[in-house]
Amino acid sequence: MLKNTGIITSEELKPVLPAQTRLEKGPVAIIECLQDIPCDPCVSACPVKAIQMQSGITDRPQLDFETCTGCGACVPKCPGLAIFIVNMKHNVPGKALLSMSYELLPVPAKDQEVDALDRAGKFVCKAKVARVINPPAYDRTAVVTIEVPADRINDIRAIKV
Amino acid sequence: MSRNTEIFVIGGGPAGLSAAIVASQLGARTLLVDDSARLGGQLIKQTHRFFGSSNRDAGIRGITIAEMLCKEVKDASDRLTVLENTAAVGFYANKEAGILSQDAYERVSYQAAIVCTGATENSLTFENNDLPGIYGAGGVQTLMNVHGIKPGRRILMVGSGNIGLIVSYQLLQAGVEVVGLVEGMPTIGGYLVHASKIRRLGVPIYTSHTILKALGETGVEGAVLCRVDERFQPVPNTELTIECDCICLAVGLTPLIDLFQQAQCRMVHVGELGGLVPLHDSAMRTTNPDVFVAGDASGIEEATTAMLGGRIAGARAYESIHGKSPKAEAIVEEAREELRTLRSGSTGERIRWGRERVLKEVGAC
Ligand SMILES: Cc1cc2nc3c(=O)[nH]c(=O)nc-3n(C[C@H](O)[C@H](O)[C@H](O)COP(=O)(O)OP(=O)(O)OC[C@H]3O[C@@H](n4cnc5c(N)ncnc54)[C@H](O)[C@@H]3O)c2cc1C
Ligand code: SF4
Ligand code: SF4
Repeated sequence: MLKNTGIITSEELKPVLPAQTRLEKGPVAIIECLQDIPCDPCVSACPVKAIQMQSGITDRPQLDFETCTGCGACVPKCPGLAIFIVNMKHNVPGKALLSMSYELLPVPAKDQEVDALDRAGKFVCKAKVARVINPPAYDRTAVVTIEVPADRINDIRAIKV
Repeated sequence: MSRNTEIFVIGGGPAGLSAAIVASQLGARTLLVDDSARLGGQLIKQTHRFFGSSNRDAGIRGITIAEMLCKEVKDASDRLTVLENTAAVGFYANKEAGILSQDAYERVSYQAAIVCTGATENSLTFENNDLPGIYGAGGVQTLMNVHGIKPGRRILMVGSGNIGLIVSYQLLQAGVEVVGLVEGMPTIGGYLVHASKIRRLGVPIYTSHTILKALGETGVEGAVLCRVDERFQPVPNTELTIECDCICLAVGLTPLIDLFQQAQCRMVHVGELGGLVPLHDSAMRTTNPDVFVAGDASGIEEATTAMLGGRIAGARAYESIHGKSPKAEAIVEEAREELRTLRSGSTGERIRWGRERVLKEVGAC
């Protein structure tokens, strides 16, 4: 269980995963924030109001997958680094794109090969960096996109440069 | 020498800065002292983005919040005097206090004091816990984030509250290997998003474990852990040895309260708030009517709540001198509403309970 190990189990993950039909349409956010903590920057970060909290700041973020455009604006604003963007509609067969916050040094460069890690920090596979966004407005939280095997998209959640 | 002020704020963390800003903006002559070289309290070591409410600086790094508060302090400088490297060392009768800077001792006479001294770190008893290389998490953060010094190469963290989780993450950012995080409870104490963050960078989390002893002769060379049962008793034959050169203790904070005791404020022990705290009402006024409190000194909580408590104390202290003010009332109302939402939900349950107890006790005396 997440609360004993820090690792989200696949059962716990299910409610925050978008449906297959939504995944096929292109990039979408997955918000792995499963506890009612007093935090809400993700809500105001979303330009299309896809993230809502029902009764206030201590609610869990609720993402409307249909409204979400997968733009990634919420990713670097989340202090929990809990938001990922998956893009299954990638032009390389068998591959998909995964974007995440990255706050370590060195920040990888585009096309660099990095280790893709799972939720326990275990090596999954090598992955190529497809994009790095690190503007001053992100205040030193880079958003790194890697190309990963499509069938491992829900397992990979970190990188080692 | 002696100084004269209307409002005397002790401590320049988020609580004290907010109190001083509000009091001086409302129009009170205010003096703020802080015993460190740089204003900001805990914030100057918080390089991570804060959780909390986005209309109160969440998503922004602690160090940036400190800069924003310091700017407001500067803007209020016609009414607000700030003394750094200056400690409040005692309260006397007749609304007087003593302050000590590097080269002078002075007396301050005030009409209302707001004490925002923050907290001290707890320690833990285990064999060899006096070996060099065993630090409190706050000490590690100061070394690393204020002075740029790595505390060790391989660190074992004890305590899975937010401080243990966040300092582990900052250690990883500094390039230090975190060999594990130990927690006596079966579940992680801090926010799970922070736990997942370090877990996916490969830090093992040992829940239901404790540290039995530190190994080494002249410095830390390792630690022996073991499993504990539901009553926190070590389970025989579950010992495991971990190699490390540094052990970091993040096992809670206790409000820093010496000054309240000197000012003869009535104290109450509330476990949920971190130990002994001065009894205070919803105006943050203690049982000594000239002394207000805010921030971790009133009960261990967070920077966001410390700032809001500071704003309430600043506004009410102003009113205690200048009489009722609609502007002060509006500040208090707004802060109260924000506090209510921040403390709602299950993660705020203990704090709510502790706060309610303080209010009940103060009503009873
Ligand atoms: C690792 C870590 C992570 C945290 N993360 C978050 C977070 O993400 N979000 C959040 O909201 N909160 C967070 N906090 C909590 C937050 O930092 C504290 O709750 C907050 O700083 C308390 O504010 P304060 O003003 O009461 O005390 P402090 O910040 O401790 O300031 C007290 C000040 O008073 C000074 N002082 C003490 N005694 C005297 C004296 N006698 N004379 C003069 N000066 C004195 C001290 O030097 C200090 O500068 C975190 C804390 C830690 C340690
Ligand atoms: S990815 Fe863009 S649209 Fe989707 S929730 Fe985040 S900010 Fe909103
Ligand atoms: S900003 Fe991140 S940690 Fe905070 S509520 Fe949103 S998803 Fe959770």
